[in-house]
Amino acid sequence: MKILSKLYMALVVLFLYAPIAVMVFFSFNSGSSVWVFEGFSLAWYGELVFNSEMLDALQHTLLIAVISATASTVLGTAAAVGITSLRSKLAKSAIMSVTNIPMMNADIVTGVSLMLLFIFFGKMLGLSESLGFFTVLIAHITFNLPYVILSVLPKLRQTDPALAQAAMDLGCTPVSAFFKVVLPSISSGIFTGFIMAFTLSLDDFVISYFTCGHYQTLPIVIYNMTKRTVTPDTYALSTLIFIVVFALMLLYNVTLSRSEKKRGMSR
Amino acid sequence: MNKKSLGQRLLRAPYILWSALFIIVPLFIMGYYALTDAAGNFSFSNFSDLSRYKNAFLISLLYAFISTVITLIIAYPLAYFMTKCKPGTQRMMMILTMLPMWTNFLIRTYSWITILSNTGIINTLLGKIGLGPLHLINRPGTVILGMVYDFLPYMVLPIFNVMSKIDVSLTEAAEDLGANRFRVLRKVILPLSMPGVVSGITMVFVPSVSTFYISQKLGGNKTMLIGDVIEYLFNLGPDYYNVASAISLVLMAIILVSLFIMNRFSDDEGGGVVL
Amino acid sequence: MKRFLKLLLISSLIVSMCCFTGCAYEFFDLNLEADYTNNLSGTVLNVYNWGEYISDGTEGSMDVNKEFERITGIKVNYSTFESNETMYSQLRTAGVSYDLIIPSDYMIDRMIKEDMLLPIDVSKISNYKNIEDRYKNQYFDPENKYSVPYNVGMVGIIYNTAMIDEAPDSWGVFWDKKYKDNTLMFSNPRDAFMTAQFYGGMSVNSTNRADWDKAADLLKDQKKYLQSYVMDEVYGKMETGEAAIAPYYAGDYLTMYEVNDDLAFVYPKEGTNIFVDSICIPSCCQNFEAAMLYINFLLEPDIALANAEYIGYASPNSKVINNPDYYYYGNEILYPSDEDMPITEYYHDLDDDIRFYYENLWIDVKLH
Repeated sequence: MKILSKLYMALVVLFLYAPIAVMVFFSFNSGSSVWVFEGFSLAWYGELVFNSEMLDALQHTLLIAVISATASTVLGTAAAVGITSLRSKLAKSAIMSVTNIPMMNADIVTGVSLMLLFIFFGKMLGLSESLGFFTVLIAHITFNLPYVILSVLPKLRQTDPALAQAAMDLGCTPVSAFFKVVLPSISSGIFTGFIMAFTLSLDDFVISYFTCGHYQTLPIVIYNMTKRTVTPDTYALSTLIFIVVFALMLLYNVTLSRSEKKRGMSR
Repeated sequence: MNKKSLGQRLLRAPYILWSALFIIVPLFIMGYYALTDAAGNFSFSNFSDLSRYKNAFLISLLYAFISTVITLIIAYPLAYFMTKCKPGTQRMMMILTMLPMWTNFLIRTYSWITILSNTGIINTLLGKIGLGPLHLINRPGTVILGMVYDFLPYMVLPIFNVMSKIDVSLTEAAEDLGANRFRVLRKVILPLSMPGVVSGITMVFVPSVSTFYISQKLGGNKTMLIGDVIEYLFNLGPDYYNVASAISLVLMAIILVSLFIMNRFSDDEGGGVVL
Repeated sequence: MKRFLKLLLISSLIVSMCCFTGCAYEFFDLNLEADYTNNLSGTVLNVYNWGEYISDGTEGSMDVNKEFERITGIKVNYSTFESNETMYSQLRTAGVSYDLIIPSDYMIDRMIKEDMLLPIDVSKISNYKNIEDRYKNQYFDPENKYSVPYNVGMVGIIYNTAMIDEAPDSWGVFWDKKYKDNTLMFSNPRDAFMTAQFYGGMSVNSTNRADWDKAADLLKDQKKYLQSYVMDEVYGKMETGEAAIAPYYAGDYLTMYEVNDDLAFVYPKEGTNIFVDSICIPSCCQNFEAAMLYINFLLEPDIALANAEYIGYASPNSKVINNPDYYYYGNEILYPSDEDMPITEYYHDLDDDIRFYYENLWIDVKLH
């Protein structure tokens, strides 16, 4: 049984990583195809610096991810605090239903409806160009918000409201009570929300596709490339990203298990 | 006290404004397009024209259903086996399941072409031992494979999350009372893991039914799922915005109805557990 | 574990070092005929062109946009489209704005009718004299008011001689069950309908709905033999032998032939589509003077030569065609002699009724 379950897990991992292995393998191709392997070479990693289209796109993606994750974390955390204090059950559930929409809805519907909105406003304002940096940014903040709110809310529920009250009784202003008492107790939720928002933003293709205009993010450039011919430099960039994320995850895992061990010992 | 509630109103006001402007208003604009013709006159014709796309809806629902079932069949045992591992292994497996999501899904999907095509890796290997070639790419099954592959992590993670939180004392109690492993699985773990299963199904079904890339790359562009139809029509320009909006609204309605039905199946807890 | 991480870090550092110390793009030594002094330095020019339709510096070629930026100081913001229809819809929605576009004949026809193009005064483009006369005064722009020819081409059948025994000469190969699962087809409706229309003996500009129905039925019938519908993915599929037969543009065949010399090309006997892709300035243009400079730049003999050799399409530029050093000098596929010239028909802009009709028929074909 034990062996069978290990084997099963290995098979699923193999399935999940087969295409990634192909990607890594062909990034070292000396030929210009991602279908026929001609020989080992690092040349495509060098070619990357010349691919200004892809580097620009990478920069756009990172910029959008950082700004949208930050903005949605601030806006979402504030919203979560505001929502928890709502006394009306009806208002609460109404807000939560709306919050759920971008998460439940198909990406393509969200993307298309936002595009229609931007074009509609663009026409009203007489803009020559209604899609671009700000529209992708707005779109990303919009689909990030629910994830931030939903990771902060449970933490807020676990926080005893009496704590903030006590702080204020002891002379804190509501603002400093929030920063000194509430914020530290929900910080892990805020962090999770931020990371999730950042990840979703980095990876988003469908919603950006309909809202980005000239401001092409990496997934958009990759999409256009798969419509022509994909050259191994795309794979090389993805391989580098994969390695960085993998290293970060490992590091996180190692520090986590270390701190766990320490905690175990001190107990 | 008054000051405090004012502060909290100020905290939620930007969000309420934001979600009204960028969640509610866009849906109304879409509704407006769906209910007017290209000249801006009120009309139901966009909805009566939908019969043309009936097959696209049906195929999308069928493919999404099949791929959700397959994902569940693969993911459930995996999550179960993961809970039986040591904590370190558990975390490693979590990372391994999540990591592919960080690689662009377009590239991961595209890589399958290299594996499955007539001159691809599998057929080259088969050729070496004198078999094949098998015709693997550009078939309906390949599209489903792509969906299963792309969305599998969304099924594994919620199920694992819920399952790993099941109190061990419950299963131990069942075992002490003489239940064998399978009985414990069926009577204890399965019911308790339902919320995870429900959110997993939701998270796989919704992107599967609305995808517009997988069928183009792995299905040889030979059929149109409903997502492909929406993309095709929007790309044809403003003349098609009305009918494309109507299709999008219907797709949204289908998704909401499916989610509603799903949530009826689960405990009332299930609806809240997403991720 | 720690050592492993260090190793990872170091190796990724080395890789990125390799990247940045690698040689940068080396500018070409250009002989320019026109004067490019301007006061637009620092402004942006948004260019919207077909994919793979400009020499972009890969594999030692000239990077035309970089050269233009160096000479004029104007920054080129370059994006690509994959069909005339996509480009048209992008412009129509006013979602994005461009300063220079390169559509095909029938689309130029439509855009002129819809007032989407700005007039170009060709007397201000000194290199316009390089354009061959036979490519001027085309049906869609009889007075050369809106467009400057960039490339010309025809569609034909590409096939792999190692995979099929007899050379095809007719569109009929796409309905031949012998080649089941080995044929590709255009995923762009107008071109796909074109193959069926020539095969069925109809005009590609028919205004009769019944003709389009008949062509759609042919396409539905053809579908079961096809491997997939493609546009530029055709490169990979034909070069590796994934597919044996595909319809595509002659210029692209020449590029594929460089990779796989088993590939051959034929113009089908029933006739085929001929097209001109021309440079135009859309009415949303924000940087007209820069766009004019760019047009002049594209018509420079050196630049046009680099583009013609990179893209592989037939050039309308006499300085290129008559240059004996031109890689495709006298190429019979690009520049067939009068007796080898196939039967051809240009696409014309169809009225909205027929256009909506066939764009919807295409969905029926796909859902068949």
